[in-house]
Amino acid sequence: MNNSPFGLPPRAGLGLKTEHFREVLGSQPDIGFFEVHAENYMVAGGPYHHYLGLIREQYPLSLHGVGLSIGAEGPLDIQHLQRLTSLIERYQPHAFSEHLAWSSHGPVFLNDLLPLAYDTPTLNRVCEHIDQVQTTLKRPMLLENPSTYLAFERSTIDEADFIREVINRTGCGLLLDVNNVYVSSINHQRDPLAYIDALPLHAVGELHLAGFAEDTDSLGDRLLIDDHGAPIDNAVWALYRQVLERVGPVATLIERDNQLPAFNVLHAEARQADRLLQCAEVRS
Amino acid sequence: MSNHADFAAALLDPQRPCPDGLVSANGVDPASRFAVYRNNVQSSLINSLADSYPVVQQLVGDEFFRAMAGIHVQNSPPTSPMMNSYGHDLATFIEGFAPAASVPYLADIARLERLRVMAYHAADAPPLGPERIAAALADPQSLSALTVTLHPSLHLLNSAFAVVAIWAAHQQQATLAGIDLNLGQHALVLRNGLEVEVFAIDHGASVFIQHLQNGQSLMQALEDAPAFDLSQALALLISRNAITHLHKNKVSP
Repeated sequence: MNNSPFGLPPRAGLGLKTEHFREVLGSQPDIGFFEVHAENYMVAGGPYHHYLGLIREQYPLSLHGVGLSIGAEGPLDIQHLQRLTSLIERYQPHAFSEHLAWSSHGPVFLNDLLPLAYDTPTLNRVCEHIDQVQTTLKRPMLLENPSTYLAFERSTIDEADFIREVINRTGCGLLLDVNNVYVSSINHQRDPLAYIDALPLHAVGELHLAGFAEDTDSLGDRLLIDDHGAPIDNAVWALYRQVLERVGPVATLIERDNQLPAFNVLHAEARQADRLLQCAEVRS
Repeated sequence: MSNHADFAAALLDPQRPCPDGLVSANGVDPASRFAVYRNNVQSSLINSLADSYPVVQQLVGDEFFRAMAGIHVQNSPPTSPMMNSYGHDLATFIEGFAPAASVPYLADIARLERLRVMAYHAADAPPLGPERIAAALADPQSLSALTVTLHPSLHLLNSAFAVVAIWAAHQQQATLAGIDLNLGQHALVLRNGLEVEVFAIDHGASVFIQHLQNGQSLMQALEDAPAFDLSQALALLISRNAITHLHKNKVSP
């Protein structure tokens, strides 16, 4: 049932790290697609554009924003939207995604994906911002479910219901980050599968997998930190299989931003995801 | 204060209390969960500065650097999601940071490292071929009217300290032995192809290149600069692919 309008192939992809530019071009590994953080490429020239241009000629590309601050209280940064538009025109990515989070307030950019209170004013604001993004970029975007460490007294809507309503109203797709589901489920003591089943799975256009850091809070409960700095945990692989049973084969990104291992270590994780995607293909 | 204003202010200032209205599912103190965000924000911003200023970090050590960067983060958080440019004003901050005064060249090393980041991401521009440059320079009549466009990545830094030697020493063994720290140097930073390069050049050559960047003709730039080896300076610019255009302007009578 992979009827995604978002164009990425139903394969495993990897986050493209600058450390791996030359190796990717040299060895041309069999990777379904690469994903880059849009903000890193908002520079005039130099090696980033040089290598991304060459790699884009050979691989599908996912453009993943980390700085648009869709949940911000204030208006979206028009200049930033224009920079995104330019990047999309230049690289023609197969998908553009951003986060259900905020990262800017006023002039200050906090360089983190910060949590939102799920209430009606936030819902209206997020939908307006996504409408504006999709109108400006002239394409639908994918919205990523967050990993969070706390919640707000003001919240009146479950996160999955909030996401469903955003997708219903704006027509955007869902980037289902399976690691985020797991991290948030442990941190908020909820059932990850029940959360997934409450999401509008028909809108899933991409999946994310990543590793987390494990901590313990003062009550002795597990506290998981979404640090993209470790191999994918077995519990997340298990949850991924259950997601694939529900959505069929969908483009799946292996994210690794910290404690970067050798390229072949990430490639092995991609192959593992590809095997599960092939099983899902056979079933569907 | 708005909800996000309160949240943002408390993220950047560890002295501020955790914002109101936060809850945790298991009943643990929400402040302990807020601390995860505070730590993520602080460490990601400090790490970003560490990535941009590796030699500054080596010169003062990790602990000192992270404490100094933490204060800078609090005073000057990013104002753009393009983190490549974050910390562009760290050198100015270091100059006013009293605990760093014992390393008088630290601010200029920060300036050099910033220029390297700027050069790395600067716009692309194809160099003019050496044969075309040679042909233009062969005609002595035209030199007084010839202006030069240099590569967008090219930057100059004049320092009262041996910035290039200090920086270069930290690309390998990180020893300052044998370097006269107070011997001022003039740095030329540029991107040649995909690689950023750093050179120490003569004072006169630095002034000459600065004049060229300001649009003076070759002859005028040469006349207005202290004595230096012109052929050596031109050879450096040509061999590092730093000349992108030559223009013959009308000579004013």
